[in-house]
Amino acid sequence: MAELNTPELVNMRRAYGEALVKLGASHPDVVVLSADVSNSDHSYMFEEVYPQRFYNVGIAEQSLIDVAVGLAYSGKIPLANTFAFLLATRALEMVRTHLCYGEANVKLMAAYAGLSDSFDGPTHHAISDVAIMRSLPRMAIVIPSDGVAVAKLLPQVADWPGPVYFRLNRNEVPVLFNDSYAPQIGRAHQVLAGDDVTIIANGMMLARSLAAAQQLAVQGIAARVLEMHTVKPLDDEAVVRAAQETGAIVTAEEHSIIGGLGGAVAELLGERHPTPLKRVGIADRFAETGPYTALLDRYGMAESDIVAAARAAIAMKAGARRIFA
Amino acid sequence: MHYHSEALIKDLSAKAQAYRIQVLKMVNHAQSGHIGGAFSVAEILTALYFHHLHIDPQRPDWDARDRLIFSKGHACAMLYTCLAQRGFFPVEELMTFRQLDSRLQGHPDRVKCPGVEVCAGPLGHGVAIGVGMALAQSAQAAGAKPSARSAPSARAARGRTYVVLGDGELNAGVVWEGAMAAAKFKLGNLTAILDYNGIQQTGASADVMPTEPIVDKWLAFGWHVQEIDGHNMAEVLGALDRADEVHARPSIIVARTTKGKGVSFMEYDNRWHGMAPNPEQFALALAELEEGALQWQN
Repeated sequence: MAELNTPELVNMRRAYGEALVKLGASHPDVVVLSADVSNSDHSYMFEEVYPQRFYNVGIAEQSLIDVAVGLAYSGKIPLANTFAFLLATRALEMVRTHLCYGEANVKLMAAYAGLSDSFDGPTHHAISDVAIMRSLPRMAIVIPSDGVAVAKLLPQVADWPGPVYFRLNRNEVPVLFNDSYAPQIGRAHQVLAGDDVTIIANGMMLARSLAAAQQLAVQGIAARVLEMHTVKPLDDEAVVRAAQETGAIVTAEEHSIIGGLGGAVAELLGERHPTPLKRVGIADRFAETGPYTALLDRYGMAESDIVAAARAAIAMKAGARRIFA
Repeated sequence: MHYHSEALIKDLSAKAQAYRIQVLKMVNHAQSGHIGGAFSVAEILTALYFHHLHIDPQRPDWDARDRLIFSKGHACAMLYTCLAQRGFFPVEELMTFRQLDSRLQGHPDRVKCPGVEVCAGPLGHGVAIGVGMALAQSAQAAGAKPSARSAPSARAARGRTYVVLGDGELNAGVVWEGAMAAAKFKLGNLTAILDYNGIQQTGASADVMPTEPIVDKWLAFGWHVQEIDGHNMAEVLGALDRADEVHARPSIIVARTTKGKGVSFMEYDNRWHGMAPNPEQFALALAELEEGALQWQN
């Protein structure tokens, strides 16, 4: 945990805007498209520096993707920016047909994901987007957990040979990493060592999982914490190893418990290494309007939910030993 | 207006009719496919592939090529026929249409099939994708010098984008999202050709979802509009040339066509949108098309 800094907050939108401007300098083929929410997602910061490489197509998410497709087929690396739920639902057919089937090298910058656009309510929350995107052949899904992760992962997203869904938080989130953090798309990152249970988390839920691990430590439980910033392609070996070595798994994500990180881990372990598993996330329902952290707490993603899930998974492990002994 | 010789017009018209026969054989062989919209777009595609487009079948990925987006993907039997005859892949391969292991998928697959610029079939994508391609071409024209791979002329060095649309797909909202964007970005290097055959899957477009006044609609969206007979090769060629000369706004050619053109019992009949012929129908249709081809001989 040496790389963890003391808890302070970082504005994720600003971190994204700054990373985008840096990407513009290092990647001349990158162009940025917006469906008229650039002052929300902070892609306006790119527009200020590179106006000739920025296109606002209006409030038209299907056109946003199709225009990006045309640019991609012409050798550009388009980053299409709008709210996560719109990319995953309204523009989905464009994404499927051209990015996934047609291999258009478009990157989806999914702003305001999860419950992070909390006050705008369930119409603007994105709780099924990872499940939707994960089911599409060739789509990669990357979810940074803090501002450093955004800065380190965005250039890798641009260089990835195919479409990527880059899932971004709207709000201020705890700073977790310093410059020694070296993520790699497709590779899990162990943040905390432990042998009693593994908590696999990403996004905002990584910070909460680390806090939960501290609570568990006080209770004498050594939780391993794996950051799974890449939900697809999933680091299968890291998950199986964690299951083998700790015998109990908890997934924690700001998403429905159906089809996202929890779904991916459950599918994998069910076939490769059946292991007691608890999924922390939203229990197949819509949330409501409210303050962000309060919503996370209310809808099943509190630190205490992770702690309870870890204890339950460990209890299942003990139960399994009794049954199979 | 550019001059097009009678010999050219006759040659292209003969090709278009010959390609209808090829399409009929492909759909008959597969017992699956879309004849009506392939026949209506025959002259348009033939004019583009065999005269107008700056393309090189030996280099389908040539940077500076013109791009043709075939948005009405269901009618791809005619697209495949033009691509094969133009040299993008062997003509013999056409009879693998819609079969296992074929590059000629039921709807066009840009990854599998040389010369296909975009996957199509789900309708409505062409204009907005064309906006992206035309934006990239204009950015290249503004920035880079012609590369060693580019053709020498300035026109060819930047390339243009062409989108072939069906009228049924105008029902889809994304067409109009793209149309607005094309006007906003002043894409004088974008030409759409509307295969305006008036028939879609379940009936007349005027009944299913009226598109008139079609010219006024596109004008109102900020496009340059020409209206032509889409089976008259001289008009098709002339309109394509004229569209190339329009500056700072996109251009559309509203080509009035006949669905199922060339076969009496297929014309204007929506059932031939996606139906394969039985042996008797095949023989009748073939005879009519071959008779129609006679007018372009000698």
